[in-house]
Amino acid sequence: MIKSNLKLFVLSFFLLISLRPLQSAEMVDPIKVDWSFKGLTGTFDRASLQRGFQVYKEVCASCHSMQYLSYRNLGEPGGPEFSEQEVKAIAASFEIEDGPDSQGEMFTRPGKPSDKFKSPYPNVQAATAANGGAYPPDMSVLVKARKGGANYIYSVLVGYEDPPPGVTLDDGVYYNKYMAGNKIKMPNNLMDGLVEYADGTESTVDQMAKDVTTFLAWAAEPELEERHKTGVKVIIYLVLLTILVYLSMKKIWSRIDTEV
Amino acid sequence: MSEHEYTPKSKAGKWFNDRLPLLTLGAHLTDYPTPKNLNYWWTFGGILTFCLITQIVTGIVLAMHYVAHADLAFASVEHIMRDVNYGWLIRYIHSNGASMFFLAVYIHIFRSLFYGSYKSPREVIWIIGLMIYLLMMAAAFMGYVLPWGQMSFWGATVITNLFSAIPLVGDSITTWLWGAYSVDNPTLNRFFSLHYLIPFLILGLVVLHIWALHVPGNNNPVGIDIKKPSKDTVPFHPYITIKDAFALLVFMIIFAGFVFFTPNVLGHSDNYIPANPLVTPAHIVPEWYLLPFYAILRSVPDKLGGVILMFSAIFILFVLPWLDTSKVRSAVFRPIYRQFFWILVIDVLMLGYVGAMPAEGIYLVLARVGTIYYFLHFIVVMPVVGYLEKTDPIPMSISEPVLTGGAEPSIARKVNDKV
Repeated sequence: MIKSNLKLFVLSFFLLISLRPLQSAEMVDPIKVDWSFKGLTGTFDRASLQRGFQVYKEVCASCHSMQYLSYRNLGEPGGPEFSEQEVKAIAASFEIEDGPDSQGEMFTRPGKPSDKFKSPYPNVQAATAANGGAYPPDMSVLVKARKGGANYIYSVLVGYEDPPPGVTLDDGVYYNKYMAGNKIKMPNNLMDGLVEYADGTESTVDQMAKDVTTFLAWAAEPELEERHKTGVKVIIYLVLLTILVYLSMKKIWSRIDTEV
Repeated sequence: MSEHEYTPKSKAGKWFNDRLPLLTLGAHLTDYPTPKNLNYWWTFGGILTFCLITQIVTGIVLAMHYVAHADLAFASVEHIMRDVNYGWLIRYIHSNGASMFFLAVYIHIFRSLFYGSYKSPREVIWIIGLMIYLLMMAAAFMGYVLPWGQMSFWGATVITNLFSAIPLVGDSITTWLWGAYSVDNPTLNRFFSLHYLIPFLILGLVVLHIWALHVPGNNNPVGIDIKKPSKDTVPFHPYITIKDAFALLVFMIIFAGFVFFTPNVLGHSDNYIPANPLVTPAHIVPEWYLLPFYAILRSVPDKLGGVILMFSAIFILFVLPWLDTSKVRSAVFRPIYRQFFWILVIDVLMLGYVGAMPAEGIYLVLARVGTIYYFLHFIVVMPVVGYLEKTDPIPMSISEPVLTGGAEPSIARKVNDKV
């Protein structure tokens, strides 16, 4: 009796779940990319992260801030893993405002690895004003802040199209297949050969979009590799302990006539 | 309480125990006679204790690094995630821990509903449990506000605005709750303070919950009264402790799966966007564990009506022991109630599902049907079925459930008292 009830219950539940696709019919699902960082043991592609940083630095960083990252993060394990010298050089290539000094004056100095990524605009209002009224979002946790995550970011980067007939766009508005509402104020900034990759990889739009998305995925979850590695160990430990406790339980309960 | 006398072996132990009988309490907890037929649905009490302790410990560490200020809260959470040693682990345990806590509490509550654990003489245990559940919802809601993301801010706005539906004084109460004229820095500050306070209130209620449990002792899957101690019971330690430990470990494996491999799947992506009072998210949804109540709230076109109905959905549970007219506790022997129990489970899951969907079209219809059924279950089904139902014969004792061929509940109870 209980079994048949359970069946009914499971059936109804799956019926409910299957209603789900009805909900978002007008939006195009993001492209599914086979990212190296997906899955239980996923890790980042080091070379892709370094290339992605280059795309970010040369293209995205002119409008988008990444205020929660520090230059030192670029050299930490699980990330792009630039060498100490490279991190110092990257940091030093930025002029950072510091102060006040003993005279009460603000001054600028070359960046240090401990500095946060320099933002392109002094504040949100300035960023909004300079970009036609649309704030270019901070990209520190962007991948976690969008439904669809890395797939969505990648899809938007490669999703620019001419608007279908009947759709008119205002100045400074672009058509994007994957963007919610299909209208985006960010122009299509990626074109083949835009970036000259240090490692000689051909910089196609697709390549750059994948690299910069990988970089953003790391920026949002810099702990991902350590998390995956620790997780596997924790689960193995727990499973072994569970087996031992299960056997102990069987032994203890064997003293009485009741099954456990 | 077990009646046995306990004397500590050591002189120092005896000296101390005469002044504060902690050792007697320890002996009571160890020997506590527990029905030997408890199934795995009974392990969730221990699991919930683990959840509470986990939330308190991780929460205390998080509070050492978190800054409760509208301009700094979001950044301080990122600081925890990036710069604090194992901050990501502590925060993910805490945020997923809330979900695991609710998962366990829902199983615990539905177990009680199935086996009639709320019925006499355990009404007080049930009511204290519901108070814990209410406080859990308050703590979880306020905790979700603390990262000061978009869902934090707008969730807080929606929920606090509910109080403005109260006639005459509603707006004043809302302003008083906010400490401002909208959800703002004072709101965040007081929510942090209360979020830190509530778990300790829960801890106190948990002690009362267990105390009240130890007066009549555990209910059991057969639902009959048993003599304690007897051949129907086992000492709590080691029999129940080892079984609880096993179940807890299985639970922890699932918990770890979420924490390490999909730590954000139960949250909303919008909460990684810093709170912005000028931009309203397309769909404001609470965390999954509050969705059934959210669906009930939105199923009523009138704001005050929705609020009243939503709170009634919880408060009706407080009088459940008196709405249930059945003499038999366990649904195992209640062929009709058993069907309605599973319909209720499906109904609540459906309400949770439509709570996550926009309140329009088919979803609104489903929400209304689900809401009506929810109340019908408690107001009509429970009293009527309990009265009319012909229950299956219930066994005389746990040890000999079939041999006696069963008996009428009243007879069985009398017989059991004599054993």
